[in-house]
Amino acid sequence: MKKILLVIEREFLTRVRKKSFIIMTVLTPILFAGLMVVPALIATMEDKNERHIAVVDDTGIFEGKIPETEYLKFSFLEDVDVDDLKETFHESNYYAVLYIGKMVATSPDAVVLYSNKQPSIDITSHISSALKNEIESQKLLAYDIENLDEILSSIKTSVRVRTVKWTKDGEAKESSTELAMGMAYILSFLVYMLIFLFGTQVMRGVIEEKSSRIVEVIVSSVKPFQLMMGKILGIAAVSLVQIVLWIVLTFGLVTAASTLLLSSGSDKMSQETVTSLMEQQGASQVVPAEVADNSFVNELMTALSNVNFVLIIGGFIFFFIGGYLLYAAMFAAVGSAVDNEADTQQLVMPITIPLILAIIVMVSGLRSPDGSISFWFSMIPFTSPIVMITRLPYGVPTWELILSGSLLIITFIAITWLAGKIYRTGILLYGKKHTWAEMWKWIRYSS
Amino acid sequence: MNILTTSNIEKRFANHLALDDVSVTVPEGSIYGLLGPNGAGKTTLIRIVNQITGPDKGQVEFMGRPIKADDIYSIGYLPEERGLYKKMKVGEHALYLARLKGLSRNDALKKLKYWFERMEIQGWWDKKIEELSKGMAQKIQFVVTVIHEPKLLIFDEPFSGFDPINANLIKNEILDLKKNGATVIFSTHNMGSVEEMCDHITLINKSKNILSGPIDKVRLDYGSNVFELAFKGQVDEVTIALDGNYEVVSHKEDAGIVKAQVKVHQFSTDNRLLKQVIPVAEVVGFKQVVPSMNDIFIQVVQEYNKAHGHK
Repeated sequence: MKKILLVIEREFLTRVRKKSFIIMTVLTPILFAGLMVVPALIATMEDKNERHIAVVDDTGIFEGKIPETEYLKFSFLEDVDVDDLKETFHESNYYAVLYIGKMVATSPDAVVLYSNKQPSIDITSHISSALKNEIESQKLLAYDIENLDEILSSIKTSVRVRTVKWTKDGEAKESSTELAMGMAYILSFLVYMLIFLFGTQVMRGVIEEKSSRIVEVIVSSVKPFQLMMGKILGIAAVSLVQIVLWIVLTFGLVTAASTLLLSSGSDKMSQETVTSLMEQQGASQVVPAEVADNSFVNELMTALSNVNFVLIIGGFIFFFIGGYLLYAAMFAAVGSAVDNEADTQQLVMPITIPLILAIIVMVSGLRSPDGSISFWFSMIPFTSPIVMITRLPYGVPTWELILSGSLLIITFIAITWLAGKIYRTGILLYGKKHTWAEMWKWIRYSS
Repeated sequence: MNILTTSNIEKRFANHLALDDVSVTVPEGSIYGLLGPNGAGKTTLIRIVNQITGPDKGQVEFMGRPIKADDIYSIGYLPEERGLYKKMKVGEHALYLARLKGLSRNDALKKLKYWFERMEIQGWWDKKIEELSKGMAQKIQFVVTVIHEPKLLIFDEPFSGFDPINANLIKNEILDLKKNGATVIFSTHNMGSVEEMCDHITLINKSKNILSGPIDKVRLDYGSNVFELAFKGQVDEVTIALDGNYEVVSHKEDAGIVKAQVKVHQFSTDNRLLKQVIPVAEVVGFKQVVPSMNDIFIQVVQEYNKAHGHK
């Protein structure tokens, strides 16, 4: 026991001290935080330049019908030919020239936006939705319906399905399908990546010991099984430290970045952006969009506060560690059977198939977390670490969690035992690439 | 007393028998040579003694009782396939291996300091293993093999990778360890060092122990039928004087003295050979020719393989 701790200590310290570990630990949260903060930042920064667009309207019906925003202005030019504008465009202050052809109502190609740069999708979609709305309402007007405006505004509806969970004690809890789905997706994909990342680290560690010929020196003082377990557990400790640091650093960075970048006088700005965005979407009609939007955000916040974070984080760590231990043992067995990393591909295949299968099931599980496919794959230990994590944010009956967890524990003990037997033989054999069939024979050797 | 006894060890791998009824007895305080061609089963036997693998049949006794898991603390093993973690620093690596052998951190540091000074490698403590040459790494490996002062030391090809100066240094260290009471088993193909250092040998061939015993006895046994006769006189006369039991195999003349190798077909303890020579020549020297271990190795292995229908 003392010796296994020594092995764990070495495996842990040599990895944690590596430059690559430190870089990974620091860069990944920066990347994560960047992914969260940058889009928000862009939203506040975008289109601060006022842009003028000249409009040549052959139909003569759109003047004043394209809504202007704070940063986007339209000037309708009369009696001007587009070709003439082309000559003078570079001297003019216009950002672009919008040409609306006569056939706009019938031909979708009749509208052209000329510019010397590539206009952003915001601008083109703003224009196209404005023109579309105008044409549609013109067409409607042509039917000569009485009280058209009232009819139109009275038929405008917005439907959102709120989800409320009834717990056993008769409580009603606000939940959010979007939130559950987002969490399920991120967490299960994370489990998949981390199992791969740290599982292959175990394999590389075993190959390193073999190829550097240290292994026989070590196994004369430590049982091969202890050496294998020490490596697996040492890397597990590395993974836990890394995950915790990632979570802490990401939260820290996001909080720091949002207070630094967003709060300084940009509350107003972001508010403006939201309203201007809404103006663009809502066009001229008054829609209770603001109300709808706010209620969605509120709903998300209540749902977030109702999420059982203890269960989700606990489940995440349990199923990640369980899955890691299961796969790490198999990766160790593969590492013991080869002399260098290039030979591993063929042997690693059977290990990766269940992981990839789990990811496929995960995608379908996002839609029907209680379907029979999701259920069965969340019980099979080779896929349960990923599939169960997918189901967890939607709520899983306790007995299923216990059953799946127990199966995982039993299986990893069995697999570790088998892998230990392969490892014991494999690490001392050099010079040949071994097959799974041979490894099966090693399992049957007596110690 | 015998520090190590293996009796009737058998070990089978998937499709071949690695050890077949192998028994060896290693007397305490001796240097014991484990010889044999490549693939004969030496390393397997050493691994069984180190409890890296277990035998299918047979027992290993250490200090007169069946070997226990804890006995690895009393054994130091330098494998033939030896290496170190390339990315670790020399000092922490040596400390790690010493602690795996059961030393406390403080004890390990103290002993490492002593050995690093003794081997004149103090300056390497903070170097990375990958910066060392092969010979330098071998010194570290030697130090960590002996650091816990084991009663039994097992060296598998200890001299490979050393330059002659360092090989000599290691040889003297091994002899010193013996002087301090340790028992040494070593496996090598270098027959010169076997003759020089070993007290006992065992020759393993094709999974079997085919020759065992004190080295002097083994050499004399195999040398009992050739004598070197030095005399003043004519070779032809001597040849004629000898009866059919003796045969002059070769001879050379140097400054009037002829040295002839005489083969004895049927060994007898009387002085018949000398009696036949003395009348025709003046004998100035007479000794039994002790063959080199190299010759014995080749002869025994070839005879065995011929007798058992191997190539």
